[in-house]
Amino acid sequence: MNTDVIKSILAKHGRLSSDVETLNEESDLYNAGLTSLATVGLMLALEDEFDIEFPDSMLSRRTFASIGAIGEAIAELNH
Amino acid sequence: MLKHESTQRQEFLDLLIKVRQVGREIIEPAASTVDEEAVFPQQSIDALKELQLLSAYVPVSLGGMGFNVLQIARICEVLGHYCGSTAMIYAMHQIQVACIVHHAQSSEYFVNYLKRLVEEQRLIASATTEIGVGGDLRSSVCAVEIADDQFKLYKQAPVISYGEAADDIVITARRHIDAAKSDQVQVLTHRGDYELEPISSWDSLGFRGTCSSGFNVTSSGQVDQILPTAFADILSQTMHPFAHITWGALWSGIAGSAVNKARQFVRNQAKNNIDTPPISSIRLGEVDSVLQVMRTNVSEIAREYFEMIDDPELDSNAFSNFGFGIRVNNLKISSSELIVDIVGKSMLICGISSYRNDSGFSLCRHIRDAYGAALMVNNDRIMLHNATLLLMHKEEA
Repeated sequence: MNTDVIKSILAKHGRLSSDVETLNEESDLYNAGLTSLATVGLMLALEDEFDIEFPDSMLSRRTFASIGAIGEAIAELNH
Repeated sequence: MLKHESTQRQEFLDLLIKVRQVGREIIEPAASTVDEEAVFPQQSIDALKELQLLSAYVPVSLGGMGFNVLQIARICEVLGHYCGSTAMIYAMHQIQVACIVHHAQSSEYFVNYLKRLVEEQRLIASATTEIGVGGDLRSSVCAVEIADDQFKLYKQAPVISYGEAADDIVITARRHIDAAKSDQVQVLTHRGDYELEPISSWDSLGFRGTCSSGFNVTSSGQVDQILPTAFADILSQTMHPFAHITWGALWSGIAGSAVNKARQFVRNQAKNNIDTPPISSIRLGEVDSVLQVMRTNVSEIAREYFEMIDDPELDSNAFSNFGFGIRVNNLKISSSELIVDIVGKSMLICGISSYRNDSGFSLCRHIRDAYGAALMVNNDRIMLHNATLLLMHKEEA
């Protein structure tokens, strides 16, 4: 799992109102202040960092709901 | 949560006849004074209370009428025909009622409140925006201060529509004093438990009767008065769709009223020269087709929303797809532009009579109200939001 990389991208693009370091893998990012607008920036930064492209079927709030969910989505795309 | 029961169609149609009668006899005659003097339409709202309309969205099991979102939108549209301000106040009240009906029925306090709303026909205002957050609903500066089972709350609200006339105010705030700015809840506060210190007046171009002044609000009460659902969910699942559906509906009513004046004008012209149809009749055909587009847009999104919340399988994931939010935003943008277009076209038909305040064909109040639609939640902000979300959303073939 690329937790540290995801956390640093979240810190840079997530515009969260909570400190990223206080979040665990299951923490709800929307409760932590992730807006749908910031989700777009987060998605683009993740695609750039991991050299992936999220398919339409994954483009829902659920995919970006927690660090764990993001990690699983990336793992699935790297297979 | 998000459960709703519907009333029989015939009851609703009978009620609409009464709403139109109140519209003709009470609301429309008061509309000019309400507009000229920028006063709250007390008689009009009292007439709606008389019809028990303030609890129209409350479930039948709690004593309400149990109307659905399509029916509430239709009432807003009818009211828009008679007075834009009255319709807007009614719509804003219903948005708050819907938030409580959808998201607070797990709480005994709110179930009892809904029964009280039915009995007392209480009018609910909302303090959502705040000085210092730049119009971002998902950020709050103020916080609920909790000690034992009591809360205190102080908020600087640049706008509380009909704040002084309301019986209750729903206030958005951070969950507790250490909560992040986006970790928000809504608190229902009652008249007598809050103080309003006026900080700005409301002398506007249109919607003058909404009396949307600013206030510093100081309130207190019991922790039970905090809605049991996070504001983020209330906003995406209810407040956002319900607002744009009811606003779009009442704007259609204002537009429809302008088209009705244009129709009467063309009829009068046609009577004067029965053999040759007046040139303005072509414009009447044109503007009527635009009105149809506007109304269809509202009812289409209202239907989609109704089906979403009527689904027994519904959980909050139904709203996790970005498409619905984008379509709701599109409804707001298009309705707020079409109302100006339709009233403007109707003015071309009625000519200088529509431009005069002292004429039976005056559309001055209509056009002034119409220009407010794009500004209440600014269209450019919504457009930028959609433009960004579209990077993540593609319509299925």
